[in-house]
Amino acid sequence: MYKAKVNITLRKSILDPKGKAAHHALQNLGLNEIDQVRIGKLIELDINADSKKNALELADIACSKLLANEVMEDYHIEIEKV
Amino acid sequence: MSKTIGVIIFPGSNCDHDAYHALKHVMGAETRFLWHKDNDLDGIDLLVIPGGFSYGDYLRSGAIARFSPIMQEVINYAAEGRPVMGICNGFQILLESGLLPGAMLHNEKLRFICKNVFIRVENNQTIFTGGLERGEVLEIPVSHGEGNYFIDQDGLKRLQDNERIIFRYCNSSGEVTAESNFNGSVDAIAGICNNGGNILGMMPHPERAVEELLGPTDGKKLFEAVLNQLAIA
Repeated sequence: MYKAKVNITLRKSILDPKGKAAHHALQNLGLNEIDQVRIGKLIELDINADSKKNALELADIACSKLLANEVMEDYHIEIEKV
Repeated sequence: MSKTIGVIIFPGSNCDHDAYHALKHVMGAETRFLWHKDNDLDGIDLLVIPGGFSYGDYLRSGAIARFSPIMQEVINYAAEGRPVMGICNGFQILLESGLLPGAMLHNEKLRFICKNVFIRVENNQTIFTGGLERGEVLEIPVSHGEGNYFIDQDGLKRLQDNERIIFRYCNSSGEVTAESNFNGSVDAIAGICNNGGNILGMMPHPERAVEELLGPTDGKKLFEAVLNQLAIA
């Protein structure tokens, strides 16, 4: 069994209004060192696969077909054996 | 021969009955509901994918509905050049299905916006807008949190070059201004169609603007145009 952690973020070229609102609130907290906030989502997949490579392939299909919309989002997959 | 309109219901659709009522009772068109598990579109002359929150908007608006059984039929139906009209969540579903280009982001100022807005007819040479005037201003309500249309520069140029932008947000005089583009959409886009001209997606709700008791009635003008075009098609 493998666990895939999929990080989905808005593409860099796209303004992230939620991140901007959170950044503004962090500035109000006095955390002025924080320069930028981007908000995305984390999706965990438990995958039955016989190798890490196959697990990654399956996760990649899941992302490109459903989990991420590549018109506006980028995704990054991390796989670990569990 | 009278034409039949099909209104698709997904779990979480909530403008399905409004669309049905507007088309059947106000416009007098033969209209019937289609369930998302149906796979028979025989005898349907126009498909309407209504607004709402299909599958609770889980993941992204329209992302799950795209995999409903009926969507494969919708894709085949559209590929035959037959007309499909997606309103609000219906537009989002068409984008997620790849039937229309682009994607929907959260409204620029993050608020859910429910109000009457003005849209300008940019192209009246389609089966949906034939009979309307180019530049005509329609007052129609919007009701969405994710209606901030996004497409990259190349995609936008293709839409512009092929005259695929059907409606843009404007003010009451028909001017497209920063203020009239209330949700931050690229090029103030409120509605587009595909290259074949048979698939329309729009964020405003014409089905909510058909009876004087409830406000503006410009939605009727659009449905009249669509029904007239269907009749001569």
